[in-house]
Amino acid sequence: MEKQINGAQIVLQALRDNGVQHIFGYPGGAVLPIYDELFQQEDIEHILVRHEQGATHAAEGYARSSGKCGVVLVTSGPGATNAVTGLTDALMDSIPMVCITGQVPTHLIGADAFQEADTVGITRACTKHNYLVKDVNDLARVMHEAFYVATTGRPGPVVVDIPKDVQFAMGDYLKPAAVKHKSYQPKVKGDMEAINAAVDLIANAKKPVFYTGGGVINSGPQASQLLREFVKLTGYPITSTLMGLGSYPSADKQWLGMLGMHGTYEANLAMHDCDVMINIGARFDDRITGALDKFSPDSKKIHIDIDPSSINKNVVVDVPIVGDVAHVLEDMLRVYKSRAVTPDKKALSSWWQEIDAWRDRNCLAYRKDDKAIKPQYAVERLYELTKGPDTFITTEVGQHQMWAAQYYRFEDPNRWMTSGGLGTMGYGIPAAVGVQVANPKGLVIDIAGEASAMMTMQELSTAVQHRLPIKIFILNNEYMGMVRQWQELLHGGRYSNSYSEALPDFVKLAEAYGATGIRAEKPSELDDAIKRMVETDGPVIFDCIVTKEENCFPMIPSGAAHNDMLLADDQGLEVEVSDEGKALV
Amino acid sequence: MGLSPLAVLRYRVPVRGAGLDRFSMSEQATATHTISVLVDNEAGVLARVIGLFSGRGYNIDSLTVAEVDQAAQMSRITVVTSGTPQVIEQIKAQLGRLVPVHRVVDLTVECESVERELALVKVSGKGEARVEALRLSEAFRARVVDATPESFVFEITGNGEKIDAFIELMTPLGLQEASRTGAAALARGPEPM
Ligand SMILES: Cc1ncc(C[n+]2csc(CCOP(=O)(O)OP(=O)(O)O)c2C)c(N)n1
Ligand SMILES: [Mg+2]
Repeated sequence: MEKQINGAQIVLQALRDNGVQHIFGYPGGAVLPIYDELFQQEDIEHILVRHEQGATHAAEGYARSSGKCGVVLVTSGPGATNAVTGLTDALMDSIPMVCITGQVPTHLIGADAFQEADTVGITRACTKHNYLVKDVNDLARVMHEAFYVATTGRPGPVVVDIPKDVQFAMGDYLKPAAVKHKSYQPKVKGDMEAINAAVDLIANAKKPVFYTGGGVINSGPQASQLLREFVKLTGYPITSTLMGLGSYPSADKQWLGMLGMHGTYEANLAMHDCDVMINIGARFDDRITGALDKFSPDSKKIHIDIDPSSINKNVVVDVPIVGDVAHVLEDMLRVYKSRAVTPDKKALSSWWQEIDAWRDRNCLAYRKDDKAIKPQYAVERLYELTKGPDTFITTEVGQHQMWAAQYYRFEDPNRWMTSGGLGTMGYGIPAAVGVQVANPKGLVIDIAGEASAMMTMQELSTAVQHRLPIKIFILNNEYMGMVRQWQELLHGGRYSNSYSEALPDFVKLAEAYGATGIRAEKPSELDDAIKRMVETDGPVIFDCIVTKEENCFPMIPSGAAHNDMLLADDQGLEVEVSDEGKALV
Repeated sequence: MGLSPLAVLRYRVPVRGAGLDRFSMSEQATATHTISVLVDNEAGVLARVIGLFSGRGYNIDSLTVAEVDQAAQMSRITVVTSGTPQVIEQIKAQLGRLVPVHRVVDLTVECESVERELALVKVSGKGEARVEALRLSEAFRARVVDATPESFVFEITGNGEKIDAFIELMTPLGLQEASRTGAAALARGPEPM
């Protein structure tokens, strides 16, 4: 029998055995034994953040850009509660994460001890699973299980809450191979009968559309490859959700752009009018469907999802396929090829004609301005001057996020990190930190809003400390622009509390952090300023002063249907939204 | 997690008229279902199940939990819930997603099943009412498990409606209080679920 080690050593050994190289964390009384072990080893690098929320988003950025599991280490009580936002974010966006929280010693649990919080109680609803480890001899098994649960099936965050006495207690270590779960066995292969039924529908479609999502990215690079092959083979149009951007190259002519509330005219109309919808790894989210009773009324729907509970949750589908995207696509491609299908050329060409007419509407056009920088123009220029396979974009939440999704273009998966499901302002800076840790050579840019950036600005200090040259590109419109836009369109232009009052001087702020500050105020100076940002070795805050009252279009107002979009020319119109629609978010 | 039988069937169903297969909960009837869930008997598992129901706004009409296999440390949770077929399908899928859940069976649609509840019913009174209460308890095959000169505690088992009826009859006869379990249920026939 192996020699016994203490709980903290078990944690470290389990991290090593699960291939962990980086963890994001913040110390405190209840995790000191683990920090002590961290201090005495060199295999695992600890990135010290400035707020535990930052650790969770950094872990998300790390995971999404590398395909690995993100790991977080925080103390009990406030450390754990500060992590809740990032855990929820990871749950909503299906990001694999293991979050280790310290807990008060077992004999004090329930005593309202100093820095005690019911962490498993609080995080039960915002994790895929969580554990409180009361016996050191369960610790190794639980740690391995945590990684297994977080990274398999539909990925998600897992919390392991470890009382301090358990970290000190001596126990046996168990290798990961010895762990097999009794009840949790996610299914990756799709049902062949369903796959055949799907191929029938796909082969006979007259107005098909691929509707793809974050599941393609989660399934791994191979899923994107298979998707590309399948889309090419069929010649069908493809759109993607916010979370799926990059799984299909945006330069390709079959690409319709993003769909949904701020998606393109052509993507949304194709969804509305299609006869066969092929949903791959997306979940019929309300940002995508708009009014459910008007959603794509005449289509047969195929839905590939690894999570059985996503099937028929919001939209009833005709052919559900539960399985991992890459596995299912592989089978589907094989069946499709073996049938020697010839798509209906005539139908398809008239479908493409319809789509091209929608494309001609040029829904992303905006009025240029040679005195002030338009936010759309700023993203377009940023794209032109920074594009490349080693560029990674994170965002905050708001108009800038949508402009980033619309005007930055992605050719590969894992290059685009954004908070989709939860919509967490403050995601982008720490996520950029995590992305840069995973991709030390990459150019990592957070396309930010000035209000969002203020939420987790302190992580710039993390970037400076760890020499992570992230670029925070702020589209500074001096407004919580997305809130202002809704107030303009739905609340009579009463801008209640949405002006970004008392902003700091972002250039000086950068300097105060020991980073570089750059400002651009005129279109004529934008390109040079962006180039300077790219050439700067360390972290940068780029304060891009943009027009203040620009609205983000196209837009499907809440409660409206896909064919009921507002386009840029509608700017200045009073929008009519039903009371029901107003109640939606 | 396998494809649920309901889901497997769906794509064979003939296509309804265009626009009709939209999801609309209000168009569908709500029904009561008894769902049996086999879980690892570990800390917090009940909180997970209850949290799932409250967090997603599903109904719990009754809930019964106890360890049923000591060696394997497994418990059976029997939930009586109500909802449209889509909601019930969601409840099953969401339960199946919980890590400690081994198996979820909708005993109302997937098989024939037997279902029992137990109640203890305290009735106080003298004279005619007391005699009548005892007489009715015999008709319902209830047992007297406690008695004083002016009270009885009856034990009654059966399905929910039978117990409802018994309690209703006891009300004018001096009903004091009742304690009821939720439903315990099993599939009929020789096989485990
Ligand atoms: C943590 C959090 N709080 C509040 C909101 C609601 N919200 C959505 S967008 C937005 C404004 C964002 O402003 P800014 O970062 O300046 O971006 P802009 O829309 O101006 O581009 C707010 C307050 C949110 N998404 N997240
Ligand atoms: Mg702003």
